[in-house]
Order: sequence, then C-alpha cells, then structure tokens
Amino acid sequence: MTPPSQSFGRRSLERYFRLAPVTVPLYAILIASLVGAVFIIGAGSNPLTAYAALFDGALGSPDRIATTIGRATPFIIGALAVVLGFKAGLFNIGAEGQLLLGALAAAWVGTWSWLAGLPAVLAVPVVLLAGTLGGLVWGGIPGVLKAKTGAHEVITTIMLNSIAAAFASYLITSRDPILLIDQAASTPHTRLVADSARLPALVTGTGLHLGIVLALALCVATYLFLKRTTPGFEIRTVGANKDAALYAGMPVQRTIIVVMAASGALAGIAGAAEVIGGSSGYLTPGAFTNIGFDSIAIALLARGNPLAVVPAALLWGALLSGAPLMQVEADLSVNLVRIVQALIILFVAADAIVRKLFRIRAPRGAVDGGPATFSRGWAG
Amino acid sequence: MATVDLPGRPAPARNVPARASVRLQSLGLFFLLLGGSLVWISGHVPVEDVTLVFGLGDLAPRIPVDPPNAVLTIALLYFVAGGVALAHRWTGRYATVALVGAAVLAVPLILILSVALGNVTQTNLLPLLTEALRLSTPIALGALAGLWCERAGVVNIGIEGMMLASAGIGFTFYALVAGAAGGPWLIVAVLVSIGVGGLLGLLHAVLCVTYRTDQIISGVAINLLAIGITSFLRRQVLLPLGVGTGVTLSAIKIPFLSSLPVVGQTLFVGKPIFFTMFVVVLLSRVVLFRTTWGLRVRSVGEKPHAAETLGVNVVRIRYQSVVLGGLIAGLAGAWFTLETVGSFEDLMTNGTGFIALAALIFGKWRPWPAFGGALLFGFSAALGSRIQLLGVEVSGFPVPSQFLQALPYVVTVVVLAGAIGRAIPPAADGVPYEPSR
Repeated sequence: MTPPSQSFGRRSLERYFRLAPVTVPLYAILIASLVGAVFIIGAGSNPLTAYAALFDGALGSPDRIATTIGRATPFIIGALAVVLGFKAGLFNIGAEGQLLLGALAAAWVGTWSWLAGLPAVLAVPVVLLAGTLGGLVWGGIPGVLKAKTGAHEVITTIMLNSIAAAFASYLITSRDPILLIDQAASTPHTRLVADSARLPALVTGTGLHLGIVLALALCVATYLFLKRTTPGFEIRTVGANKDAALYAGMPVQRTIIVVMAASGALAGIAGAAEVIGGSSGYLTPGAFTNIGFDSIAIALLARGNPLAVVPAALLWGALLSGAPLMQVEADLSVNLVRIVQALIILFVAADAIVRKLFRIRAPRGAVDGGPATFSRGWAG
Repeated sequence: MATVDLPGRPAPARNVPARASVRLQSLGLFFLLLGGSLVWISGHVPVEDVTLVFGLGDLAPRIPVDPPNAVLTIALLYFVAGGVALAHRWTGRYATVALVGAAVLAVPLILILSVALGNVTQTNLLPLLTEALRLSTPIALGALAGLWCERAGVVNIGIEGMMLASAGIGFTFYALVAGAAGGPWLIVAVLVSIGVGGLLGLLHAVLCVTYRTDQIISGVAINLLAIGITSFLRRQVLLPLGVGTGVTLSAIKIPFLSSLPVVGQTLFVGKPIFFTMFVVVLLSRVVLFRTTWGLRVRSVGEKPHAAETLGVNVVRIRYQSVVLGGLIAGLAGAWFTLETVGSFEDLMTNGTGFIALAALIFGKWRPWPAFGGALLFGFSAALGSRIQLLGVEVSGFPVPSQFLQALPYVVTVVVLAGAIGRAIPPAADGVPYEPSR
C-alpha cells in the first residue's frame, strides 16, 4: 500500500512487482521443504536422500514424467473448477463430490450397449457429457441453496461430498439390487466401459491419456471466458463486490447458481475423464478420494489464475507420484508429502509471512495480495 | 484503510424477506407432499402392534402404537402444518411454529415406521437418546470452539483439523509413554490433546489476526496440515509401536442421580468428556454473556473499531478467543481417541468439525441453541445406526447402510437451507482487523 518510489528505477520496480506472484509461491515451496526436512530428520532419515528419491520418483525417467503428468490431469480440471468458483467469490469445497458424481455418471453411461457400436469420436463426448451433467447437478444444488436460502456453500458442499461418497459406495457395491457392480469381479467395481468410449493413452502404462489435452484446452477456454466475455466479467464483478454487481443490474443470484453448476460440471469432467482415460476403465469405491480436496489446494497455490493451475497441478502430481519411491529409499511415510503440501498452501495463503521473511513487497494496488477473498462470514 | 470501509460486509440484502418467504413456502409444500405420501404409506404399513419403551425396569413407560393409524394421524398433522406454512402471510409466526412441530414429529414417525418395517416389535427410546447425547459430544464441543472464534470475528473452518490433530497427537503421546494401557497418563494425554488444539488455535490466530490471511484458507491449510501430520505420525510412530486398541477413559456415575429408577443407569452414567461438554456449554454461556471479558469478545466480533475506541485491545481479545476455541476443539479431539475408541485411524474425525459448524450456524452463534443443533445431528446419527439394528426392509430390500450413514449429512444440508436465512453471524465475522491509524 506504500506507493512505489517515483524517483528512481520505477520501471524495474514494476517488473519486480509483476514477478511477485511467482516469487511468493516459490519461496513458500522452499520454506515448506525446509520444514518438511525437520520432520524427516525427526523420523530418523536423511532429508537429502529423501528429497532426491522424491525427485527421482517424480521425474527420473520419461515414463515417470508421463506418470506425473497423468497424475496431474484430473488436478488441472478439478482445480479449474475451484478457480471458477473463486472468481465469483464462491468457495467450492465440493469438487470431491462433484468429481465423484461425474465419474459415476461416466461409469454408468459408458457401459450402455449402444455406445459400443459408435465410433470413439461420438462415444467419448457422450460419456464426457454424462460426467459433466453429473457434476453439474451436484454443483448446482449448493448453488441453488446458496442463492435461494443463503445456506453457505462451504458447509453444504462438504456435506454433499459425504453424501456423494455414500451414494457412490452404494451404487458400486450393492448386489441386491444389482446396480453398477460387475458381478464377475472379485473386488467390487463397476462394469467395464465400452472400448469405443475410452480415452486413448498417450504413453502406455503410465496413466497419461488424452485427457491432458482436454485439461489444457479447458484452462485456456476458462481463462479467455473469464477475461474476455460479458458473463465472465459479470462473474468477476459478483466475486469482487456483490453489492456493486447488484447495483449495476447484474443477476447476482443467477450468477451464483450458474457458477456453482459450471464449477461442478468441470469437476464432473475431471472424474469422467479419469474413468474413461484411466488404465482400468471402471470405477472402484473410494477410487478418486482426495482429488477434489487436492484441487482446492492447487487452486489456492495457483492464486485463482486459470493458467497458473497447470504448473501448480504438475507440482502436486510430481510430489504425489514421487512419494512412493521416497518411501522405499528413505524409509519414510508417503504422508510426508502431505505435510509439505499443507505447508506450501499455508505459506502461499499467509504471504505476508513470506514477504516479511524475504523482504518481497506487495504488488501495487493489492490490499493484501491474497488470491481472493472468501471470508465474508457466513451470510455473504 | 478508512474505518468505515469494512470489506465484505454487504448492506442488508433487500431480498431477505423474499428468501424467508421462499423458504417457508417450500418447506410447507414439502410437508404437504410428505403428508400425501404418508397417506399412501399408511395403507401399506404392516398392521402389527408396535411398542415404544422409554427407560429400563418395570417402571419404564410403554406406549403401544397402531402403525397405520399413527402414520395417518401424523400425515394429517403434516397437512395442517404445510397449509399453515404456505399461508405464512396470514398465519405469521405460527408458520415457523408449525414447521418446527412438523420437524419434531418426524422422530416418532421414523421410529414407528422402522419398528413396523423391521423384524422386532418394540424399541427403547432412552438408549437412543443417550446414544444421541453421546454422539453429539464432539459436535457440541466443536460448535463451541467455533463459537468462541466467530464471536470474536474469526471464522474457523479448521476445527475439523484441530480435532483430528489433537485426537492423533494426543493418542500418539498416550501410546508412547503408557502403551495406551490406561493409568494417570491417560489424563495427561487428554491435556496434551487440549494443548495441541490450543497450539493450532494459536497458529490460526497468528495467520488470521497478525498476518490477516484469508480466514477460510487458513482453516483449509490447518485441515490439510492435520491430515498430513496425523497420518505421518501414525505410519512412523503408531504402527511400528504396534499398539492396538487401548484403554479409554472410564465411565463415571453422577452420585444420587445415577441411582434414579428408569433413567438413572443410562442418562447419568457416562464418560468424563461427555459430562465436561455440558460444563463447557454452561460456562461458555455464562462467560460470553455475563462477564466483562465476554462482552469484549462479542464487541470485537461485532464492531472491532468501536471496541478499540473504547480501549479494548482487539488483537489480544481475538488471540485469546481463537486459542480458547482451539483448546475446546482439542478436547473434542480427545473424545474420539481417548474417550471413545482407544486407537487412532486416519481421518477418523470424518467431517465432525464441519457438522459442528453447521450446528453453530443452526444455533445462531449462541451456546445452548448450538448444543441443540449438535443434539439434532447426534440424534440423526444415532437414529441411522438404530434403523440398521432394527433390520428395516422396504419392499423386500434392506435399507442400504450407506443411506443411513449419509443421514446426518442430509439433515445438515436441509437444516442449513432452512435455518441460515434467519441466522445472522457476528457482524465482523471473517473480516480481518486493520488497526486504525
């Protein structure tokens, strides 16, 4: 809030400010790794060995890199869903449930017999559309509740996550009546999706599938939509100041419903793409646990920027796909990565701490430099 | 920043009456439809005698019920309640009363239906009530933790994480020093749990009050951190120790009351944190509304700048309240491992912290009503497991256990949709405090 000095080096200072959104997350990653090292030492291992194994496991070979990117694919789309909510001032914690509903819809529609006869160019979009609708419904419910009754989306979406998990568990495991379960399978999972409805793998055996192209396209589309279109502007206005939006005659309530539904739809696509792109081609109970929650963290790390979601999701995917090798080589629980991730989010959110530690100045015009403001209490 | 320009506090929305109307009318419509389907159901309920028992021993009251007639009666009452709610413009306050009455009627309705459809002919209500009270313990404590934070103007969605961390770290301490085998270390472990909650409360305060981090993000970060640390500890420490299910806090009997006939053995025998919960509710109510410090907390949560003008140290009060909230959340965490299960599982708090927040909102940021909200969720959880025990079958299929597990969450959503419009949070809740210059 201190205006930059007018007298000297104004241009270079401005360039410095523009870098700030990148420097804070980088420093946050650094501090988080250092704190993580404390935990590693506490557990009796060598932090250098551990981090080297983590790096090796994530990026040590072309196949490992492909695995990391594949791991990041649902994170990119899921985080995009969360970012879209952020822009309208909505905190969609329900990506987890919406993703699951999308996955369920895809796993169900994908087994329809007439799909098997269609060419992939038609069958895949049908299944993705089903996933979109599944997520759209599950995201639309909290949107309607928020707009019509004022029920805060943070609580309703968390509750809908639990309901979705129970619902999915019922649909996938129920044998009486038989719903989605593959009766021939020894462990419960859904029937196999038709071959024509599968997303082709890009590198076989790594979990990297065509969904990544879809994910990147969605990122660019969301970015352009928010930046260049009238509805995008309305969304951002509602997020920045609801009263101003109302005063300007914007449909605030409708925007809330539409954004929550669209956010859910994106999460639904993430789930559907994983079902038809994953190596198994079916859905097991608890398959996508935590993808939605990780997406929230990634959206925060990306500071609500649809394009920054990609590197943030890649970092997340790398940490998760490198962890098993770290567990083997350094004899450390994979959950160490979870601690590091939480600390990254903590320091990105509390950027004032990072700025103080490393003497980074806040970007001009930003009051607190935070990614977005959600905490308007429970009534806003 | 100018004092008047409090960000994020919108002017009173002009559509609130419209929202209230929509809510009353849709709830009214809901009960009309429910009444209609109950009329149909009453024709299909098995005609068998159902007995509702309350309490133990020969003195316990036994209420015989004839299911079809009982369901039909409730259906008619629902028609009345639905009509009164739909016509809220003319019935005024009675609309809300009718809806509350209708909601309460759901309890006997569900019980009668489950016994009629189940493979037993009677069910005892008192154990159901005590189980509901027991299950509402962590919810009520969590709600009070939230109450203290939010009354001081700090939103805390990290209660879930605070509970989880204190449950996990408290139990890890107990397993390390005493092998989870009971003894005085058990009490120390509860204190450790409380301390862990307090430390996380302090972290939340540092982030939100000193560094003015977005309060919801700080809460999310605390939740993530708790998940990471507890599952890390479990793999690195607990699993190698090989400590199985340990000794939990032992039950205590309230003197005199526990020897009462019918209700004594169930209502007045329980574990320490369960009873402490009532004390915490009572103390919260007294301290918040009857002491100077409580008044300061509330003033800081409503109008921090006005409070500051009157000489209240806003930052200090917010720190104190958020840490106090953390301590209470720590006690709630101890309930899971040290009072109930005697072991620690990953993610064992299972969303209780969020349900607690819903209870807090339901109770409009007041201690006893928040406890009432907690009781509602505890009751729906207890009811779910009771229905499972009764072996209820609907048209030949058993009710899926997943539906019953989801019951408390469904109730939360319905209650929030029905309640929050009238629930006004503390005015400065969620607004970072910028000292005037």
